[in-house]
Amino acid sequence: MAREIKADQITDSVKKLCIEANIYLEEPLKAAFHKFAGLEESGAGREVFHILEENAAIAEREKMPVCQDTGITIVFVKIGQDAHVIGGGIEDAINEGVRQGYKEGYLRKSVLSDPIERKNTNDNTPAVIYYEIVPGDALLIEVAPKGGGSENMSAIKMLKPSQGIEGVKEFVVDTVLKAGPNPCPPIIVGVGIGGTFEKAALLSKKAVLRPFGKSNPDEKKAALENELLVLINKTGIGPAGFGGRITAMQVNVETYPCHIASLPVAVNIQCHASRHKSVML
Amino acid sequence: MKRITAPLDAETIDDLEVGDEVLISGVIYTMRDAAHAKVVEIIKKNGKLPFDLQNQVIYYCGPTPTKEGNVIGSCGPTTSSRMDVFTPLLLEHGLKGMIGKGERSVAVKDAIEKYGAVYFSAMGGLGAEYARDVKKSDVIAFPELGPEAIYKMEIEDFYAVVINDAKGNDFFVINQYN
Repeated sequence: MAREIKADQITDSVKKLCIEANIYLEEPLKAAFHKFAGLEESGAGREVFHILEENAAIAEREKMPVCQDTGITIVFVKIGQDAHVIGGGIEDAINEGVRQGYKEGYLRKSVLSDPIERKNTNDNTPAVIYYEIVPGDALLIEVAPKGGGSENMSAIKMLKPSQGIEGVKEFVVDTVLKAGPNPCPPIIVGVGIGGTFEKAALLSKKAVLRPFGKSNPDEKKAALENELLVLINKTGIGPAGFGGRITAMQVNVETYPCHIASLPVAVNIQCHASRHKSVML
Repeated sequence: MKRITAPLDAETIDDLEVGDEVLISGVIYTMRDAAHAKVVEIIKKNGKLPFDLQNQVIYYCGPTPTKEGNVIGSCGPTTSSRMDVFTPLLLEHGLKGMIGKGERSVAVKDAIEKYGAVYFSAMGGLGAEYARDVKKSDVIAFPELGPEAIYKMEIEDFYAVVINDAKGNDFFVINQYN
């Protein structure tokens, strides 16, 4: 028997997640601001970390978004194959949650109905939604508001297999260098390697959404993450781009099998206001 | 730390050097992509601007909606380079300061030097922090643009760093950690 989940429940959950994700940063990230304030070489950089901590505290106290760019709303849904949504369509339910959350939470409406015509929809819909069918009868919803400034600095490249791991590293560091001070460093870098053109991009997005402070469970991938972090932090861009040693706080690598002819690499850049919250229904 | 007042006079601008940390007080105007496109169109048609650009400072910012009882919502800077295509014309018409985040184009840097202006970077993503420095805010033009409307803001001790000064120097180029 399929487990029934009401569409209204989905709307309510998405609404809450939109508001909370924009106000409350995850604890390990806030702890990292504190830690890095003590590790950064540059004076201006240390000051930025102190203010990052302060900004997070003000946002919580005043129930105000940590950043004015409350993003386009990305929603990842994992639907158990034994779950059944009743009382409305799931897509409408999610968008209604975004609509209510952005209104009630005083969040900025940053979504345009058409990329060419450029008219604001005034309710931050539609969300960008990804569905995955999984075993079980639960519904997992993750909401990630993504700012435009860091998203704009992301890049993808179809490398030749002969370029190998060195080509991957070069492309990742080059993308961060080109982004420079623009994407609100200290950043989190999501790297998707393998799959196809669009799969690599999606992997890089999933990579930035990994809980802060966690490495790839595979030892080799975790080593690559560390190596990339060291290389990126040699660039000197620093917190807020004011110069310093901590340009990135973390690099997350996700991989997928790929074609014998291909080596796709996508780099998704996440600003320090890394926002994502999830709920299981 | 230097304390300065907006709009900016020539003496203030002369005194500013790359890397200077400043606390800005006074009046500034928010403008982002859509408002820039509209203002530039007005200039090209010799129309009347929503505010006199002379000596003014523009803040690249689109705040979150203001809650009742508050002055403003979250209001940090947005990426400046998206405005690069519009900026030289505004500098030619009297604009003296810009606050945003990130690098500027060569054309903008040249115009900053030519017209004796200054570009500041605020700290990106610190919207809740910056909201405390805004003492008054009103939408003065293009309300239909929502977050992209022009807000006139009265600010007090707004923290920023001088990135491009009127002498043609660039903080991102001389950054000692490069």
